[in-house]
Amino acid sequence: MTLWQQYLLMVPILVPLFSATVLILLSERHHRLKFGLNLVTTLVVLAAAAMLLWQVDSGTLPLGIGLHFIADWPAPFGIVLLVDRLSALMVLMASGMAVCALLYAESRWSRIGVHFHSLFQFLLMGMNGAFLTHDLFNLFVFFEVMLAASYGLVLHGYNSQRLRAGLHYIVINLVASFFFLIGVSLLYAATGTLNMTDMAMQIATLSPDDYVLLKVGCGILVLAFLTKGAAWPLGFWLPQTYAAASPPVAAMLVLMTKIGLYAVLRLWLLLFADAPAVLQGFGGEFLLWSGMATIAFGTFGMLASQEPAPIAGYGAIISSGILLSVVSFGDADLLAGALFYLIGSTLAIAAFMLLTEIVNRLRTPASAMLALTMEAFAVEDKPSEPVGVVIPAALAFLGIAFIGCALMITGFPPLSGFIAKFSLLRALVELASSGIANTLIWLLIVLIVVSGLTGIISLMRFGVRTFWATNITTSVRLSVSEAVPIVALLLVFIGLTVQAGQVMGYLERTADGLLVPQHYQSTVMDNQVATRASGGDT
Amino acid sequence: MEVVIAIAIGVLFGSGVWLLLRPRTYQVTIGLLLASYAVNLFIFTMGRLWVDKPPLTLNGVPTDLSQYADPLPQALVLTAIVIGFATTALFLVVLLGSRGVNGTDHVDGKEPKR
Repeated sequence: MTLWQQYLLMVPILVPLFSATVLILLSERHHRLKFGLNLVTTLVVLAAAAMLLWQVDSGTLPLGIGLHFIADWPAPFGIVLLVDRLSALMVLMASGMAVCALLYAESRWSRIGVHFHSLFQFLLMGMNGAFLTHDLFNLFVFFEVMLAASYGLVLHGYNSQRLRAGLHYIVINLVASFFFLIGVSLLYAATGTLNMTDMAMQIATLSPDDYVLLKVGCGILVLAFLTKGAAWPLGFWLPQTYAAASPPVAAMLVLMTKIGLYAVLRLWLLLFADAPAVLQGFGGEFLLWSGMATIAFGTFGMLASQEPAPIAGYGAIISSGILLSVVSFGDADLLAGALFYLIGSTLAIAAFMLLTEIVNRLRTPASAMLALTMEAFAVEDKPSEPVGVVIPAALAFLGIAFIGCALMITGFPPLSGFIAKFSLLRALVELASSGIANTLIWLLIVLIVVSGLTGIISLMRFGVRTFWATNITTSVRLSVSEAVPIVALLLVFIGLTVQAGQVMGYLERTADGLLVPQHYQSTVMDNQVATRASGGDT
Repeated sequence: MEVVIAIAIGVLFGSGVWLLLRPRTYQVTIGLLLASYAVNLFIFTMGRLWVDKPPLTLNGVPTDLSQYADPLPQALVLTAIVIGFATTALFLVVLLGSRGVNGTDHVDGKEPKR
């Protein structure tokens, strides 16, 4: 690896850090300057993420794994940053979403409180750091950076509802952080290392006396991740926090829940792949059941919600549950399908969050109440206006964007959500016909299909009430900075659909790479001599 | 020694959990503090308990691993203390904000109906 390739890994972490520090010093009066700096930084991170993605997939890096040894310390002793196809993809998704959320926040939300821009950059830094680090304790530190910034952002705009939700959110995450620390220290006590790859190698040769420590440590650690990933029964905080946060922040929070799942995916596949037979697949059944319970919980929740924010929250819970329940099968096709669905649905839920905020400005509480009562008493809705009213362009745009999001979230054709769900279900059916854990797989298939159906019912109900049943007389004011991110996300959905073959190919390579932990061992533990020598030359 | 430390951690964490489940924000804060003390002690003991062994190499002490305590958990504890302290301070600010806006120190922002 050349020097710039190594330092490219630091860009998504260090650039936001510096930018956030500068942004704190600037006064809130220079609003445009702050926004400009924030946007430039986020775009730089996006470019770096795109470059990372290109590097890991173009074959310039051996085995598609890039490394940076911080301060040139050799692997098990120093902190290692590692980029592979999965983390490059996640960083790209996070920074792309950040650009959209930031643009959306420009016209209103970034001005209703102080330090929005610096907190936003710290959040970006924490998320990217969590994706790129290969050290368990460092992961904790980046989680805390990300969470501390998100506490500030959830409270951004400071009203009674946000304070209440923020208070609960902070306490729950602090307690989850305690579990994280306990889990990490137990794993350290069992294996004597914090480097993830080295830990996997130590587990392969662990003495049976330490199995108890290891198992308890993993169990407690996964509680912390599942709390962040909002798995049932640890995810009750999610819908009300999403509902309380301002929309651009809520869009970023949707991404944050996926970090817990990312950690489960990475650690579970890495740590137990080479383990002795007693430990093989440890906790896999728990992950499966917990994932299925999460899907069921999200399905019921979605059906019961009337307001857009909880609908989006439960949608996020369902997509978490789907990824969680397929991790333990260790099947490449299945993982690729689930990741495809995760990307599409996460972006769609985030876009839905942004979209419904504009829609909500139209819906006065009175008209929503009227629509509800009319439905409850089965009053025939007699249109007082002539049939064939001209729909204003802005409202039509909102409607189309809403349909796009709904199709992506529920996985209905023609957008890429359907392709993702189809490949997921196909892989599941193949697994079921090969005869392992047959009934469980069929149960999972039923749950996934039912969750999609109830999702479309719930979203359709919301759409009908919002766009058809209310008499919106006021014209919609749609500012450009609010429309651009939504258009961009819609274009991404279309791109994902048109280029589905390429995306799926990339995700299959991702899943294949994740399932061969030996690659990580040879790269992280053996390559360092060469890297250190080349670092010394320059 | 192990027993004493284990009981201390257990009592601290137990009290912390009980206080966390109380309805007043101030009790929750104290609960968070107690639980974080317990967690910090726990991390410290995960490097195994040693008596009279420094975590740093010293002149005069042979450079043999059995002569030294594990320095890593001590470094981790330092980080954990700093982070825990900062987030608890942040929680205190939110607590005060909630008290100011809602006029009550109940965790739900309103007094329960009696």
